[in-house]
Amino acid sequence: MQDSVAEAVRSDAKPPAPAIGLADVTIAFRMGGGVTYTAVEKASLSVADGEFVAIVGPTGCGKSTLLNVAAGLISPSTGTAEIFGSKLTDLNRQAGYLFQADSLFPWKTAIQNVAIGLEVVGIPSAEARARALDWLKRVGLTGFADRYPHTLSGGQRKRVGLAQVLIRDPKILLMDEPFGPLDAQTRQIMGNLLLELWNADRKAVLFVTHDLEEAIALSDRVVIMSAGPAARIIGEWRVPLSRPRDTSEVTLERGFHDLHREIWSVLKEEVLKGYAQSGGG
Amino acid sequence: MNRFLLIGLQLAVAVIAISAWHFLTTIPMDDGKPLVPPFFFSTPGDVFWRIVKWFYEGTIWRHLWITLSEAALAFVIGSVGGVLVGFWFARQPIIAAIFDPYVKMTNALPRIVLAPIFTLWFGLGIWSKVALGVTLVFFIVFFNVYQGVREVSPTILANARMLGMNERQLMRHVYWPSALSWMFSSLHTSVGFAVVGAVVGEYLGSAAGLGYLILQAEGTFDIAGVFAGMFVLAAFVIVIDALVTMVEKRLLVWRPVAADTRT
Repeated sequence: MQDSVAEAVRSDAKPPAPAIGLADVTIAFRMGGGVTYTAVEKASLSVADGEFVAIVGPTGCGKSTLLNVAAGLISPSTGTAEIFGSKLTDLNRQAGYLFQADSLFPWKTAIQNVAIGLEVVGIPSAEARARALDWLKRVGLTGFADRYPHTLSGGQRKRVGLAQVLIRDPKILLMDEPFGPLDAQTRQIMGNLLLELWNADRKAVLFVTHDLEEAIALSDRVVIMSAGPAARIIGEWRVPLSRPRDTSEVTLERGFHDLHREIWSVLKEEVLKGYAQSGGG
Repeated sequence: MNRFLLIGLQLAVAVIAISAWHFLTTIPMDDGKPLVPPFFFSTPGDVFWRIVKWFYEGTIWRHLWITLSEAALAFVIGSVGGVLVGFWFARQPIIAAIFDPYVKMTNALPRIVLAPIFTLWFGLGIWSKVALGVTLVFFIVFFNVYQGVREVSPTILANARMLGMNERQLMRHVYWPSALSWMFSSLHTSVGFAVVGAVVGEYLGSAAGLGYLILQAEGTFDIAGVFAGMFVLAAFVIVIDALVTMVEKRLLVWRPVAADTRT
């Protein structure tokens, strides 16, 4: 009741700036010999505060590149990237980034890896440690605090990575196929963990994946990109599934199947194109 | 393999080798002389008693101490220099590009030809040996640190930046540990080379040290002395190597080791 009142008031005023606003973003890389390779062409995308958006596209379509623009790791050749209404010129300080590859510091223990995000902003190490311990508990790694990354399993490392990013309490969460390297069961468990943590404070999430099922199960909105080069955004769908969700149960719902079929009819063509371009493999 | 069996076999090799040496140099043949002349090969007994005598009389300690301090100084100076220059070059690619041919040229030079120059510059004392050791250690550490800084995983680097690290924090939390891990992976080599530098330097002209001891014995055809010096040197290097292994285990505890499935 109160929510709807608040919403009504808000809709009267100027709509709040989106957490991430990409407008006509083109990303071209200069290759050797004066050749330019256009990875992404004229992509426009916005993620509202508190919204969970998934980008799905065939392998090599430049979806990670687009994510890196939102992170400020690369700047677009043309077009603009805005974060909460202000233009992004440097690294995106409001965002936490969960990488696909192993990104933990191998020379730090799990707890040191989590605490570092606080220590770099000058929080005393005792406090950082205490909060890191709490975060390790939240991601289900109590008792693993003093383990080095190489002694943890792939799923456990992702949990540490999630804690490392979330302990800084970023307003935006960028995720680049974070659960890609994991096995199917672990992915589902990690998906549920992510949703559970996200539900607590609903950050804006931009989640890149090549797995359509994962995208639908997790997100509020699914954005489809075409096969590269010069990949474009070719469609977006709102996910009509209620929250909170269980990523393994939600796949059994009728709404899930209908949406999956609808999106897949579009995506399939692009996936085949992507295969053809990368030489079938 | 069973641990005790392994040690047993290792000991057996030593026993067989020393026995062969002993019998060949002491048992007279038909002509009344041993098959291998002890003048050129000494005998295990003579060598053993020579070592005992050195330690009993205490003359060896001074030489050991000299060699050890030369090697230690060479290692410390060479490592510090290698770390600093390695870092500097890795973070300033232009500097690295300018100096590249000279680094390659200096490294290609057999260090032993520098020994006479160092003797002229630094005299017959320990510093000419330290200088020789430094030229050996420096390049090993330098190349490893340079590699270590440049080969930090781009993902880890991007992650560090996204976690809000500034340049100084990147140095401390990312580049430095990475470079150190590379440096420590070459610790055995660089410590070994520090000892080589010291001993070779002594051998080419000195007044004390294990190399000097061997050189002196050689000059008087004292083969027992030469072998005794070699065995002491070998034992000395093994002890240092064991210490390095201990340090390494402590410092590189975070590194994955190949799975040991022996039972």
